Formats: sequence, structure tokens, C-alpha cells
Amino acid sequence: MDAVTLARWQFGITTVYHFLFVPITIAMSMLVAVLQTMWVRTGKDAYLRLTKFFGKLFLINFALGVVTGIVQEFQFGMNWSEYSRFVGDVFGAPLALEALLAFFLESTFIGLWIFGWDKLPKKLHLLAIYMAAIGTMVSAIFILAANSWMQNPVGTVFNNGRAELDGVEGFLEVLTNPVFLVTFPHVIASSYMVAGGLMAGIAGWHLAKIRRDGEQRPGDTGGYRSAVRLGAWVMLAASVVTVITGDLQSKAMTQVQPMKMAAAEALFDTERNAPFSILTIGNLDGTEEVFAIKVPGLLSILSGHEEVKGINDLREEYETQGFRQFDGSQTSIQAQYAEELAANYPGLDPMPIVPVSYWTFRLMIGLGMIGAAIALFTLWMTRKDQLPAPSRLWTWAMFAMPLLPLFAISFGWIFTEMGRQPWIVAGVMPTAAGVSPTASPAEVLFSMVVYTLIYGGLAVIEVWLFLKYAKAGLPDVAPVELQTDPDAPMTFAY
Amino acid sequence: MNILLETVSVPTLPMVWFLLVAVLWLGFFFLEGFDFGVAMLIPVLGKNDRDRRVVVNTIGPVWDGNEVWLLTAGGAMFAAFPGWYASLFSGLYLPLLLVLVGLILRGVAFEYRSKHPGTRFRAMLDWFAIVGSFLPSLVFGVGFANFVIGLANDGLLWNGSFWGLFGPFALLGGVMLVVLFLVHGSAFIALKTKGHIHERAEAFGGRVGFGAAVLVALYVISQNVFYPATSEFGDFSLAAWAAGIVAILAIVGATLMIRKGRDGWGFILTGTTVLTLFIGMFLRMYGNLGFAQDESRPVEERLNIITAASSDTTLTIMTWAAVIFVPIVLAYQSWSYWVFSRRISTKNIPEEVSAVA
Repeated sequence: MDAVTLARWQFGITTVYHFLFVPITIAMSMLVAVLQTMWVRTGKDAYLRLTKFFGKLFLINFALGVVTGIVQEFQFGMNWSEYSRFVGDVFGAPLALEALLAFFLESTFIGLWIFGWDKLPKKLHLLAIYMAAIGTMVSAIFILAANSWMQNPVGTVFNNGRAELDGVEGFLEVLTNPVFLVTFPHVIASSYMVAGGLMAGIAGWHLAKIRRDGEQRPGDTGGYRSAVRLGAWVMLAASVVTVITGDLQSKAMTQVQPMKMAAAEALFDTERNAPFSILTIGNLDGTEEVFAIKVPGLLSILSGHEEVKGINDLREEYETQGFRQFDGSQTSIQAQYAEELAANYPGLDPMPIVPVSYWTFRLMIGLGMIGAAIALFTLWMTRKDQLPAPSRLWTWAMFAMPLLPLFAISFGWIFTEMGRQPWIVAGVMPTAAGVSPTASPAEVLFSMVVYTLIYGGLAVIEVWLFLKYAKAGLPDVAPVELQTDPDAPMTFAY
Repeated sequence: MNILLETVSVPTLPMVWFLLVAVLWLGFFFLEGFDFGVAMLIPVLGKNDRDRRVVVNTIGPVWDGNEVWLLTAGGAMFAAFPGWYASLFSGLYLPLLLVLVGLILRGVAFEYRSKHPGTRFRAMLDWFAIVGSFLPSLVFGVGFANFVIGLANDGLLWNGSFWGLFGPFALLGGVMLVVLFLVHGSAFIALKTKGHIHERAEAFGGRVGFGAAVLVALYVISQNVFYPATSEFGDFSLAAWAAGIVAILAIVGATLMIRKGRDGWGFILTGTTVLTLFIGMFLRMYGNLGFAQDESRPVEERLNIITAASSDTTLTIMTWAAVIFVPIVLAYQSWSYWVFSRRISTKNIPEEVSAVA
């Protein structure tokens, strides 16, 4: 394999792995903050137990999110030096701002929260988890603004042989990129699907266990019931937002990356009242349709256009006119760089791998929908004072509730990034042009093996600890008080 | 040597950002320097699990915030000097991989060691922390020594050889930084603990401090003799000498203070050594960014502070962000140190290993 392929695999592996922890971090931090708020307001032990229980699970997950995130920031320079050099003027700023505005906030206040139970007044300690939760969202703002710019490079001019911000207005355009404005709520909402599902799934599993064993500590049923109801409602509400923002996103995507939408649908020829494909089977290289089941007219509704352009027509359009958005327009850098691009990369095929786009798009939607249905089912099974009966179906449902949306998010990202190909910056820079000339294939392969081994080992430890604490259930809690005795044991120590 | 160097004028914004990037690295080495030292001292100061827990918990609440200084320094290099970030990170690929492996292992070690009472599990994670702190300390020491020498390049990309990174001066830099961080870490532990861990930390710092002083002196003298901080970008050789001499005096002073039991002064002085040592190195790197300059070519055709910099627009926006947010970050990070300012001892360690919260 060449360096480009290896670097792409490495980016894919490390990023998908990193993003298994990110959604839980973003949404679970806020849910724990909400539980703690309920404790501070009511003083009820039940909420403190829930806070500590889910707080612990959140932290086990958070640790891996942090350490795998470091690789992400350095990887651009290590594997994608020419990309970094070309776009750094535009793309570097959000990354630096993420570190300055978000990482400091998260890491400092998480430390205060973990160790501060007996050192900070209750409300100040509560503020710490909110600050950390806000930090995770600020982080998402900058990273998604940066990613959305790769999908739709607005606010940028071609100057001094590279991409440069088009003045301060250009920076504002990057932060108000229409792709970013719909991607941010989509990612946040889908993160809440995962965290809500996780909370409901663990609590629901415990409820069935209590009913099976007939034993519990005082208050357990009430605690798990609050958690299962809260989690499932959060998941259901988040699913609605995810669907709405997903629809807006597909309209934005059709406009700025018509090829991505066509590939998502395996739509080869331009159609009016285009159908949405339930199942399309193509020939082996994915360039032609062989068999299909379709819902008439649905794609035209999703994309917001009656006539949806097909892959073959878009390829032809690229050959004759260069990269175009749906309405034929280009961003300033797409227009300014077109000549250089055509000269340097003649014969570039603007088509992504269609089966990958097609199937990841469907898996994203399908798994997310099934997840939402399980949330609904869980709410029904726990309605009024009902307790779920232990059964194999229930256990499967409780495990699936967080895992399905988590996998859906992974497929969503694979779709977003693979569907952007062959571009690293849509319509401007081909992915192959971004790779580091000085990193040999052997080096990239070696680092990939190292990451894979370490990540694999850490995954084993993480899942083991997570299940251990999830199974242990709601902890007993001691009264929380400010500690004045300098020799008293800490409430928490590593 | 050419006395009348042709002086290149560096535009203001890149100059400011070189300064800011240097400040971020200095903050990182000052803070994470003692973090690295503390973790490397786990087996030295901790004879049993309870002792080791005291050592680890001196940095428990703050290590993660300290590490963010590195991420911010990296991010700032990307945003302000894409050319620097791109060429450096892709060039020194394998050393950087070692740093990342170290940082991953130590981060997991701190967060997970309290999650399971098994002694083998905890011993394994302690080794993650030790190795994960030793590797970055060593690599940064070797790396910055190479920046002082000037990395080989073709005007855009690094073109040196991997084994060429390990010359005598570079190896001295690596060993020196590991030992200096050990002493810096022991000064921090002495300041943050009481009881027998406190005494052991003082004994360690008071003994090894002299070794660190010898290494720092050797490094400073060879740096300023062989690689003086003077180039067409300006003559900073006197300032670099001054910073280096302060570094030597400070580490000697720190050792004496630690021996006298003046922990606060000991820590301030080891910190001063770290800061002045790196100020000396950044003075040498001014303009060339740690890359060798082929002065037969015009400045615009080489990799340096002018060609690697971002546009004025980006640098202006970033400057505003830094002016507003760096003080805020400093304020809340200092506050977190104040919250956890109390000294700890084995008495403060809870009986239970895998506590609920």
C-alpha cells in the first residue's frame, strides 16, 4: 500500500475509535450535571447516587477520549503535512481555539469536579461539571467548523499559493458555514441519543435484574426508574432533533456536494421526482445499477430539489466545468484554484466509492431509527409503575439502546468523510495531494500497528472497567461535607 | 564569522506569535515538567501502594490541565506557523510517535489506577505512568537540542537522517531534561506533601539536584559556545548566555534550598531553571524556528519565521483570542491549584482503592 492509502486508513481507524468516546463525553457530562443539579436542589440521596454512578462511568469513558484526542491534533502534521501547509491559515485557527477555549476548560474543571467534592461548596462544585460539559460543546463547535470547512470551503481565497482566510469576514463565514450550522446540532443531538440510551440501557438492565433476583438495596428501584425514564426520554427527544437536522443536512449537502448525495443514493442518472432507494444492488465496481427497490419521490423531498443530479451527469459536469455546487456556483477558492487544480490533477475522477457511501448512509439511518424505536419500547415497558420482566429480548434491547446510535454515528462519520472523496477539501484539494512526503509508508504502517495495538489493549481495559462499574450498580453514598481536617482521608484519590 | 550580520526584519505579527508559541511551550515545560518528574519518581519514592498513591495524587487534579499547554502549543503552531507545524511534525515522525505513545499511556494510568484494587493491575498502570513520562521527557530533550543545532531541510521539508538526531549534544539534552524534570518533580512533591514522602522527596532532590546542575551547566555552555544565538534575524547571544547562567545558578540554588527544607524556594528555583533553559533555546530558534538556514538563498526561499507564518488576518484574529482567553485560562487554572493547595500525606489516602466517586 502507498503512503496515501495507509495515512487514510490510519486517520479512519484513529478517528472512528476516538469518536466512540466523544458522543458519550459530550452528552453524558451534561446529563450528570443535570442529575447533580437535582441532588443540589432536592438534597435527595437518590440523585447523589445516580450522579456518582453515571459520573464514574462518564469518567471511565472520558479518559480514553482525552488520550486518543491528542493523536488527532498531531496527526494532521505527521501524516498530512501538505494539507496542513496548504490550509493551515484557515484550518489551524479552529484547532488552536479548541485547545485554548475548550480543552483547558474541560480538563481543569474535570479535575476540580473529581477531586473537589469535599473541597468546594456544593454550588461551586456543581458549576465545575457544567463548565466541563460546556467545554465539550465548545470543542465540538470548533472541530465541526473545521470539518465543515473541508466539506464546503467558504470564506477563503487562494493567495500566496495556499488557502487563506478572506479577511475577518472570511473567518465569520467559516463559523457560519451553512454546513456547520446544521452539522453541529446533528452531532450534538445524536450524541444525546447515545448517552440517553446508555443511561436507560444500564438502568433498564438493573431493573430487570432486581425483578429476577427479588433483592435490592433501599432506593434502587426508584433510582433506576428515574434513570431509565430520563435516559429514554432524552434519547427519544434527541432522535427527533437528529432526524430534523439530518434532513437539513442532506439539503445542505445536496447543495454543496451534490456528488456525495448522489453516491449516498447510488443514483446514477439525473432524475426528476427522484426515488429514495431502500435497496440498490450495483455491478461489481459500483458504477451501474442492477436491481433496486425504491420509494418514489422521497429523495427529491430529502434533497430539497425536484431534479436530483446523478453520478454520471456529475462526472461529466466535472470534466467540462470543474467542481460545481448543485446550482452551478463555486466558493471563491474553488473558483480561484480551478485552473491550478485542472493543471496539476488532470483526469481526477470526482466519484467516491459508491457502495461505501450507499451502505454507510443506510446503516446510519437504519441503526438510529431502530435505536429510537427501542427507546419508545422502553418507555412503554416502564410506564406508570411497571417494571420490565427479565427476558432475553429485554437484555438485548438494553444493550442495543446505546450501541445502535453509537454505531450509527460511526457510520455517519464514515459516510461524511468517505463521501467527500476524492477531496480532502471539497473541490479544491485532492486527498492524495495532502499527504506528508517525508513520512515513508513503512513509518506510517509502523505507527498504525502501534496505535492499533495500544488502542486494542485500552479498549479491553475500558470495556472491562465500564462493565464492572455498570454491573456494580448504584453506589452507597456518604454525606457530602466540606472537609476542614487536614489529616482526613480524601473523598477520592487515584 | 561575519560581525555585521545582514539583519532581516521580521514583521510584527509573526514576531508576536513566535513569542506566544514560546510562552505556551514554556508553560508546558514548567507545569508538565514536574508532572513528568512526579510520575517518574513513583518507584523511587513509593515503597508501597499507599506511598505511591500519595505521589500520584500530588498531581491528580491538575495533570490533565497541564498537558493542555502542549495541545495549545501544537494548535498555535498549526494556526500561526502552518509551515513550521507541517515540516516539523511530518519530519520528526517517529520521535513524535514516541511522545504520543507516552502521553496515551500515562493519561490512562492516572485515570484508571484507582478503578481496580488488583495489585498487578495497579503495578502495570504505574509502569505506564513511569514509561509514559520518561519517553516524552527524553524525546523533548533530544528534540529541542536538535532545534538548537538546526534541523536539516531542503528549504521546505526536513531531510535529515533519523539516527542523525542522536548526536552527543542531543543525547546530553535528553539526559539533562529527564534529570532536571526528576528534580523539578521532587521539589513539587516536597512542596505538596508531609510525612515520610516529603522527607524522601527532599532527600532525592537534595542529592540529584547537583547532578542536574552539572548536566544543565554542560548543556548551557555547549549550547552557547557551539550554537550561539546569533543570526541574520538578530544577535541574542548575550541574552542567551544570561538566560543559561540564570538556569545554572537557579538549579544550584534550588538544590541548596531543598537541602535546607525551603520547599517553596526549591520549587520556584527548579521552575526558574526550566523556564530560563528554554528561553535560551527559543532565543537561538528565533527566526529560524529550529531549522538550519542556508544563507546563500534569499530568506523568502527558506523555512523560517517569515515563510512559515499565516496571513495577517489569521494572526490578528488569533491575537485577539489569545489576549482575551489566555488570562482567563491562567486565572482558573491558578484557582484550581489554590483549591488543592493543601499538603497531603499517607493519612489522606482513603482505605478503599476503587472508591465510588
